[in-house]
Amino acid sequence: MSTTKSLSYVRKEILEQQPAPRSQVGFTRWVRENLFSGWFNSILTLVSIFVIYKVAAAALPWLLGGVWDASSLEECRAVLNERFGNTHYACWAVITERWNQLLYGFYPDTEYWRANLAFFLMLASLAPVLFDKIPRKMLYLTMAFPFLLVWLVWGGTLWGVISVAAGFVLGGVAFKLVDRYGSMALSAIAAVVVAAIWWLFISPSVVDGLNAFLPFGHLQEVQSRDLGGFMICVIIGISGIALSLPIGIVLALGRQSDLFVVKTICVGFIEFIRGVPLITLLFTASLLLNYFLPPGTAFDLTLRVIIMVTLFSSAYMAEVIRGGLAALPKGQYEAADALGLDYWKAQRLVIMPQALKISIPGIVNTFIGLFKDTTLVMFIGIYDMLGLSNAIRANSAWNGIYWELFIFIGLVFWICCFAMSRYSQWLERKLRTDHR
Amino acid sequence: MSLAQDRAIDRSKLTVSDEVAIQITNMNKWYGEFHVLRDINLTVNRGERIVIAGPSGSGKSTMIRCINRLEEHQKGKIIVDGTELTSDLKNIDKIRSEVGMCFQHFNLFPHLTILENCTLAPMWVRKTPKREAEELAMHFLEKVKIPEQADKYPGMLSGGQQQRVAIARSLCMQPRIMLFDEPTSALDPEMIKEVLDTMIELAEEGMTMLCVTHEMGFARQVANRVIFMDQGQIVEQNEPEEFFNNPKSERTKLFLSQILGH
Repeated sequence: MSTTKSLSYVRKEILEQQPAPRSQVGFTRWVRENLFSGWFNSILTLVSIFVIYKVAAAALPWLLGGVWDASSLEECRAVLNERFGNTHYACWAVITERWNQLLYGFYPDTEYWRANLAFFLMLASLAPVLFDKIPRKMLYLTMAFPFLLVWLVWGGTLWGVISVAAGFVLGGVAFKLVDRYGSMALSAIAAVVVAAIWWLFISPSVVDGLNAFLPFGHLQEVQSRDLGGFMICVIIGISGIALSLPIGIVLALGRQSDLFVVKTICVGFIEFIRGVPLITLLFTASLLLNYFLPPGTAFDLTLRVIIMVTLFSSAYMAEVIRGGLAALPKGQYEAADALGLDYWKAQRLVIMPQALKISIPGIVNTFIGLFKDTTLVMFIGIYDMLGLSNAIRANSAWNGIYWELFIFIGLVFWICCFAMSRYSQWLERKLRTDHR
Repeated sequence: MSLAQDRAIDRSKLTVSDEVAIQITNMNKWYGEFHVLRDINLTVNRGERIVIAGPSGSGKSTMIRCINRLEEHQKGKIIVDGTELTSDLKNIDKIRSEVGMCFQHFNLFPHLTILENCTLAPMWVRKTPKREAEELAMHFLEKVKIPEQADKYPGMLSGGQQQRVAIARSLCMQPRIMLFDEPTSALDPEMIKEVLDTMIELAEEGMTMLCVTHEMGFARQVANRVIFMDQGQIVEQNEPEEFFNNPKSERTKLFLSQILGH
């Protein structure tokens, strides 16, 4: 039949590849598809270009034409008047002139090297935590870093921090010893009791004795009220971040516990902390806490603030991680159980790695929130960067300068938070193993 | 139904000893008010291959999940390998490491490679050194015929391959009893065969097996006993030949006519 005949077809020669039309490749295509795909989009594009031009035309000269070298706002304006005939330009000189203060607060300037060293040690000890390519041996530095930080920033002899570290070691030893004979809970209690006895009763006299006879590694002491600027943000922020994650995990697990008492305590804690503004907790830390402590105990203000910030964000952290736990199929728990893994091993090896991976966006969100919330400490008299901007304006030399300081502070925070955000996205991509 | 039959099975290899592996006496379980398991009595000897069948909701999965305490029973006694299941965590962990289990949805750990899935429990529960655990894992992965997938992640494997990994993972704990909870129900027909073949091999090696399944071909061929459950009770149990050709209870007849009738 004729239909059969017309269906039959045999190709004789193979066609050569040909280049795509100019309008279908590269930049031209991108512009056509994204900016000028129709009359409405074309108008929007033109309007947007106009707006961007207007904003840039207004802001860029102000940003770029600023003065970087002057010792007061008046001097700065004089320079601008001379140069442009008006003062519609930024006065960045405040940042160069107060650079050290913005970074270190009222830290004694002969001791800046300690703060710098602590900062670089911090980066070095974060590296093995953040990147698994870094040699694992670096984790020893990470473990030692909290003690080094306290010694470097607050000064004194090394004995104080060594004794605090010894408390942790003793607690750990007690845990191991009891763990051989008793249950997990019993060994945890033993560890806390042993460490507490050491810290409260034995260590103070030991440290005093050692300080008197062998003042080893003595650095000039610096009071907490002299700390400030970017430095205090980093100290509070990093401590809060490092502590709130483990506490959050424990709270999230406690909230799911079958033990009524544990569950009630965790739920009560989370709901209380989430229901109270951070600023209230900070005021409590700065004003009220001393009334409840035994008289004579000097409890450092920075430490109190770190504790409050940590508790605050660990409540949020707990809820974020609970979300991750809820997203895991029940089968994962059952498979771990069926293989004979006990509760803690199942959590550590099977449940938490997956739950934390799911929660990465929420966890980093909480971290970023915490880091920015450190600016709230200005309300309890700690001079962080924002608090310093007020102090700088209070000086007659810089009275009336707002934008430059706020832009600088905003930029510093933005860089830190953007770095966290990019890191979390990279980590999510790296850990994605389940699909494909 | 007959997918498992193309592999010739040597029934003479299948022997049952007199030693008791699992003893369940008067077991009862409730979900709230709902009586899921009613007076279950079952003795399983070492080397037995038991297939448990029944309509959905009849309590078959719940029953085998009680054997390794994924579900708690409220009344009666379960003795596994001479150890009684009580709320004593030490006993539970001991029994769980002796009893392997495979699930309908495999439940592999997606964040670990196939090899890591297999070495996890030996290393952390049995304290086997890593090298040794890896050798053991490769041995069992070869047995289930997927050694070449060892470094992949579960998400990259087909369903049948995942289920075979799950079997290998259980075997790495060198269990004396294996429980299968509908191991082929989530698989495509082509993949069912590869999983059933693996299970048949296990049976030939004398593994004590309890298997909840709808694969009646497998039951006929491999099982030495078929148990039919309905409404939380054991309604009928018999040798497969008798069970399929000559069911005694009306409920069993109805069930068989429904699943074999088309």
